[in-house]
Amino acid sequence: MIWNEARECMSREDMNHLQSARLRKIVDRVYHNVEPYRKKMQEAGLEPGDINGIEDLHKLPFTTKDDLRDNYPFGLFAAPQTDIVRIHASSGTTGKATVVGYTRKDIDVWRECVARCCTMAGLGRDDIIQVAYGYGLFTGGLGGHYGAEHLGATVVPMSTGNTKKLIDMMIDFKATGLMCTPSYLMHIAEVIEEMGVKDKIKLKATINGAEPWTENMRMQIEERLGIHAHDIYGLSEIMGPGVACDCIHHKGLHIFEDHFLPEIIDPKTLEPVAPGETGELVITTLTKEGIPLIRYRTKDLTSLSYEKCECGRTTARISRFKGRSDDMLIIRGVNVFPSQVEAALLTVDGITPNYQIVVDRVNYQDTLEILVEVEERFFSDEIKALEGLTKKIGHTIQQALGLSARIKLVEPKTIERSMGKAVRVIDKRKFDN
Amino acid sequence: MFIKQLSVFIENREGRLEKVLKTLKDNNINIISLSLADTSDYGVLRMITSNPEDGKKVLKDNGFSAMLTDVLAVKVEHKAGELQEVLDIICKAGINVEYMYALATKNDDATIVIKTSTAEEAALLLQKEGAEFLTSKEIEELKSV
Repeated sequence: MIWNEARECMSREDMNHLQSARLRKIVDRVYHNVEPYRKKMQEAGLEPGDINGIEDLHKLPFTTKDDLRDNYPFGLFAAPQTDIVRIHASSGTTGKATVVGYTRKDIDVWRECVARCCTMAGLGRDDIIQVAYGYGLFTGGLGGHYGAEHLGATVVPMSTGNTKKLIDMMIDFKATGLMCTPSYLMHIAEVIEEMGVKDKIKLKATINGAEPWTENMRMQIEERLGIHAHDIYGLSEIMGPGVACDCIHHKGLHIFEDHFLPEIIDPKTLEPVAPGETGELVITTLTKEGIPLIRYRTKDLTSLSYEKCECGRTTARISRFKGRSDDMLIIRGVNVFPSQVEAALLTVDGITPNYQIVVDRVNYQDTLEILVEVEERFFSDEIKALEGLTKKIGHTIQQALGLSARIKLVEPKTIERSMGKAVRVIDKRKFDN
Repeated sequence: MFIKQLSVFIENREGRLEKVLKTLKDNNINIISLSLADTSDYGVLRMITSNPEDGKKVLKDNGFSAMLTDVLAVKVEHKAGELQEVLDIICKAGINVEYMYALATKNDDATIVIKTSTAEEAALLLQKEGAEFLTSKEIEELKSV
């Protein structure tokens, strides 16, 4: 099944034509409504009339997360506040969050895109879908919810936390669809096995995103639960989940090109890579009103394929993600920048201790450990005081990241140095396959 | 009244305690008494040593976090209930014992190293009740026995 055949199966010529028309419109919109964009374009010697179609895209300047931070909170909005009906936010590189606003039409586009994803996963109006992403500022919960509702399915807003209740309801309601992060899905599978209720669940398909996972992990969970597991891609700056999703053939994620214009660039030279080559994904939002983004650098590394898929869709496909071109970590679906950890540690007593972030995946669940060197000023002859320090750091990190971390005190000078510089992040998870 | 206790932070993994002891040995620092408080990740080794200042310096030079703390070394007789009587005095004054451990001498009496929530107050109270303390000078002498 295809939710919107007219858009998802367009000929390349028609798609390019549509994209060009929409690009002209969006460039015009930001130029006239968003001061920072106008300035950037003027600095590049550009006027909206210079952009005639997608062939001129490369002339436009890039947008980055820093632009969102510098114009915090609403500086990049292209619609008056009267027209903004929703705000979402995600982690910024420093203390300030990255804030995005949606107009009513943006919400409509978003739910349309998520409905397309659900359809790709074989779900429809006869299904009962549990949404087990966090509801709140994070785009996962509400994004999934609105999309599944738009699809016409029966939506159960579980949010995260009570896994047993989720499984009980999955059985009692005969739920057939589930949206959550891949690592939470793994955890759910484990609890289902522990409860010995695998033969009681009626789950058909899951839609999972917000954090990287491997093809192996996806196939393993499919086998374990006897379901189809789908990879959904999105980022709050662009929209949230639903920018792209993989169909039943699982040969890359179909990006909804009528709304999101993708490019792949070399993150060093910023030049386009050869077709099919891996590089950084850059997205231009073609229809967004609240906060349109022109050539937004996602920092996600991937490649694009324009071959027609066996499912009949002609939209470009993104290959499985190969990592990031910046230092952002995604831990249990939460974006974490090492700079945030550093800023949080600084508040503990005014001086940043030597620290190291260790991320691992144990039983398919992300673990976060922060090693802190016990310099003389932190040291005490009383265990009570040392435990107090651990607690205080743990609390500060929890506040800053919204994630619990295990704090481990280590001896001075034990954190690995590389060329005299402490190695700040060790990510033991393996995502490449 | 107070003596200097040398404390050092050690990770709870093989070889770390030995490294501390080796550092002290190489610098001819004698350990007279010690206690080790451990957690799953780390421990605090507390010691009464000869030349605690030197001890702290050599440990620091070898990359350890070390510190000196004032503690009381109270002499008690080798008799049932002696230690309880000492604690009774402290507890009645609402003072908490943070930690304590024994220090052996060649004499008939025993010595208890004790750190309390309020050091000064505990010391004065015990002194008033006639308690005797082991002094830094006596500790230096112990070394040469």
